[in-house]
Amino acid sequence: MKKTLIASAIVSLFASATVTANDESQELRDIIEQQHNVLKTLEQRLNETEQRLEATADQVEMSNTNSIFSQTSIGGYGELHYNNYEDQDAKIDFHRFVLFFGYEFTDDVRFFSEFELEHSIAGEGKAGEVELEQAFVEVNINEQTTSKVGLFLIPVGIINETHEPPTFYGVERNGVEKNIIPATWWEAGAAINYKLSGGLALDGAITSGLNTLDANIRSGRQKVAKATAENLAYTGRVKYTAINGLELAATLQYQTDITQGGANLADGATAVDKADATLLEAHAIYQVQDFTVRALYARWDINGDEANASGRDEQTGWYVEPSYKINEKVGLFARYSQYDNEAGNDELTQVKSTSVGVNYYLHESVVLKADYEDLGGAKDSKGFNVGFGYQF
Amino acid sequence: MNSVLNKLLLLICILLLIIPLGFTQGVYQAPELFIKQTIGELPKAKVLWLTKEDKAIIADILNHRFNRLRIRYWQKADNTVWILDEIGKEKPITIGVHIQNKQIVELKVLVYRESRGDEVRHEFFTKQFNLAKLTNDNRLTSHIDGITGATLSVWALTKVARLSLWLNNKALALN
Repeated sequence: MKKTLIASAIVSLFASATVTANDESQELRDIIEQQHNVLKTLEQRLNETEQRLEATADQVEMSNTNSIFSQTSIGGYGELHYNNYEDQDAKIDFHRFVLFFGYEFTDDVRFFSEFELEHSIAGEGKAGEVELEQAFVEVNINEQTTSKVGLFLIPVGIINETHEPPTFYGVERNGVEKNIIPATWWEAGAAINYKLSGGLALDGAITSGLNTLDANIRSGRQKVAKATAENLAYTGRVKYTAINGLELAATLQYQTDITQGGANLADGATAVDKADATLLEAHAIYQVQDFTVRALYARWDINGDEANASGRDEQTGWYVEPSYKINEKVGLFARYSQYDNEAGNDELTQVKSTSVGVNYYLHESVVLKADYEDLGGAKDSKGFNVGFGYQF
Repeated sequence: MNSVLNKLLLLICILLLIIPLGFTQGVYQAPELFIKQTIGELPKAKVLWLTKEDKAIIADILNHRFNRLRIRYWQKADNTVWILDEIGKEKPITIGVHIQNKQIVELKVLVYRESRGDEVRHEFFTKQFNLAKLTNDNRLTSHIDGITGATLSVWALTKVARLSLWLNNKALALN
């Protein structure tokens, strides 16, 4: 009897334990299921949060790129110069303050302009000038070809198209490109650029021409200010850049008459002989590691009695400029140049210049410059220049 | 009268110069095609979110502030592809960079929007970036010869090469 009671108690105990265990397992399963549901909900929320975060980031970045200004570009450059030469008063001059404005109508049609204030202040009796140096619309015709119409820089020389201060050595622009080419030189018309394969590019332009009765090239620039357009100019350039660090380029320009019909002057003015003119310019730039050398040659051949009489029928110049970039901050250069705006006569009119100097880059787009120049030939002087320039 | 007629004919010729024969954008390769071509497929883009410290390093590489919150990239095994924009003179240049084992396999200009300086799109220039790695101070191990007249575009490509390598290292460290 006693054994029966004990056995019954043990069976009851096990049965009770089994029931308890089953209850706990069910409870655990319920908890696990609940936790699983919570995890699923959290995962879903996390996904939703990530999607919202991506959408917010998209919106923020789209706001930056799709603003009303996203098709408009603004840039500029400027340079302040201090010049100190023998027998001359030292001068300080904010030589150029330039603003660029561009607008992209579509991926294939864009506008670009360059607006410049020279010598700080312009107006009646003031030293400076306000100039529109570029204002053109450019069109992509196909992958290789673009064309432009408006007021643009003539494709000639090294600094005429690229003259932001951090891109060249020397406080002032070199005398050859300034006096022979004459940079900065812009005209109105239409131009086409064709890129052949292998780094060869061709440019052609039909533009307004120079206007000078005495074959003074630099002062013959009309700057597209109610410019006489009786006689146009035709420019062609070939440029080769297929080897790393090397640029070879040559420009040929034909001016149909730089007197702009001076032979037909009215009202008793002294008529001058028709003067067609040809400019040939060639240059090479070669960069190996931190060493760069630039060399340029330019020559005008001008017909007409007045040019022949003054010796301006031939105007030539050349320079060679080695430079070395010591590190990212500092570059050194030397330049030797000769130019003569009256090379057709027997007088001493040639100017020789030897310069050495340094560029110190505060930032890749901000440069401090200093150079020493020894002038010989028709200009006998020496002096130094310091300045700073920037672009953005 | 003949003179006037000649000038009219010349004017017509000038106008013909600017009439497009058929538009194409300055798109040399669509970004998707560049990704497929370099890693063989177009995987789902991954996203690298940028911290304040990351932006400071990126600003140092680019030499200007960087306002983006994150950058998308595409990865297959140890290959990553980065499609980045950087302004040359006025407009952004879209550049694709394929990196494997922390060195550049290929860098390509995909879209060029500027008026000048497009010589940088040519293979003779971009192949200089092949095999370039990043030094400890975030410079390229290879010297890149410039192109006169395209200095700003050259700088843009060089910066994007450095940035891509730095981003690649960061992305791999996070994986």
